[in-house]
Amino acid sequence: MFKWLDPLAKPETLYHFCGKLTPWLMSSALFTLLLGNIWGLGFTPTDYQQGDSYRIIHIHVPSAIMSMGAYMAMAIAAFTALVWQIKTAQWAVLAIAPIGAVYTAIALLTGMAWGKPMWGAWWVWDARLTSELILLFLYFGVMALHGAFSERQTGAKVASLLAVVGVINLPIIHFSVEWWNTLHQGASITKFAKPSIDPSMLWPLLISLLAFSLLLAALTCVRLRTAILENEQHRPWVKQLVSKA
Amino acid sequence: MVKFSIFLQRELRLLARQKADWLNPVLFFIIVLTLFPLGVGPEPNMLRIMAPGIVWIAALLSVLLAAERLFKDDYRNGVIEQLVAAQQALMPFVLAKITANWLSTGLPLLLLSPLVALLLNMQGAALEAMALTLLLGTPVLSLLSVLGAGITVSADKGGILLALVILPLYIPLLIFASAAIEAASIGLGFTGQIAILLAMFLFSLALVPMAVCSALKINVS
Repeated sequence: MFKWLDPLAKPETLYHFCGKLTPWLMSSALFTLLLGNIWGLGFTPTDYQQGDSYRIIHIHVPSAIMSMGAYMAMAIAAFTALVWQIKTAQWAVLAIAPIGAVYTAIALLTGMAWGKPMWGAWWVWDARLTSELILLFLYFGVMALHGAFSERQTGAKVASLLAVVGVINLPIIHFSVEWWNTLHQGASITKFAKPSIDPSMLWPLLISLLAFSLLLAALTCVRLRTAILENEQHRPWVKQLVSKA
Repeated sequence: MVKFSIFLQRELRLLARQKADWLNPVLFFIIVLTLFPLGVGPEPNMLRIMAPGIVWIAALLSVLLAAERLFKDDYRNGVIEQLVAAQQALMPFVLAKITANWLSTGLPLLLLSPLVALLLNMQGAALEAMALTLLLGTPVLSLLSVLGAGITVSADKGGILLALVILPLYIPLLIFASAAIEAASIGLGFTGQIAILLAMFLFSLALVPMAVCSALKINVS
């Protein structure tokens, strides 16, 4: 695997690799997003208890899961950047951070919209809501740290370090519903046993989840390419690329 | 070990000469505590209910206040750069920094806790729980604030950034510490929360010093 991964550490190779990947990821993300959401929002049966308002689950749950997934991806990139001193991994950290922050914000906002009719309040200080909010602050911290140093390189490295340290929050978010008896309902699809959700609702949800992860990958590729061009602008290969275009 | 005690002596000597560095956070802690009864009203029962949160938020803010200047002087006059160059001395230096930070900010809060209990009308088990959570929690605060100071030492705009980086990491501590005091004040057992605080302390003691070392290395390179 390392034989295959190794050349990708070189910015030029990675730039072209991401360029090839982007259209595939983007089109499949759009396809699954449309499929999952139209199916989920329009054609799934109504819930016996929550009525039609549960349908927001098809946006809320995928974005919440992927907000953590994005953080994990960012932290793995950060760890790679710190241990093996790979510059492209550093840029990947900063490419993922804003996307993850937006996912977290989507999860929080759709959660609020769902909470209002169900719990009667836009916001409750429940363990899972609070720890998701902390996740948003962690993303902000990573982005703010990156911009705060006059030495660009230092900022990128320090942001990676914070991303690795913040991983401690992920298990707290995931298990908060089990550790504290809270208002937020327990996990219904990520359980190892039989999922406690009907297959007719589960399938569109899984498709939406796939869509959100594909979209994350696609957007990361786009942002990473920009970051590579920005950081390598004085290199001959970039100049050649620009002059050709 | 020898290096550690040399560094610790140096830190303590510096603190003895710059009294404002540790006195100000302690005074700040007391002032924040007195602001709450003025702000929310002096009703004794209400104060007793709010006491856990008040104590811990005041502690968090005062430790944060002390954290900002932690590495600044050593960074400006090149001490950190020399230590990074010398390689082996960095870890004992960081450990001494953490210990000195706890002795100068955590310990005073612990000693002040009976006074705080008096001010906020806390009694019996709640007082015991507060002392225990401060005993286990303030070292974690010191560890995390040294980490924050290490991460931001060469940043252009330190203060607000430090708060943004460190406060999210403080939150689990805040949740369990105030939960312990709250449980104690209504007569429930609180060993579970105390055990989690102890686990947090040991976990961060094992990992944070390494993270601080690599943060310092990144900042001087």
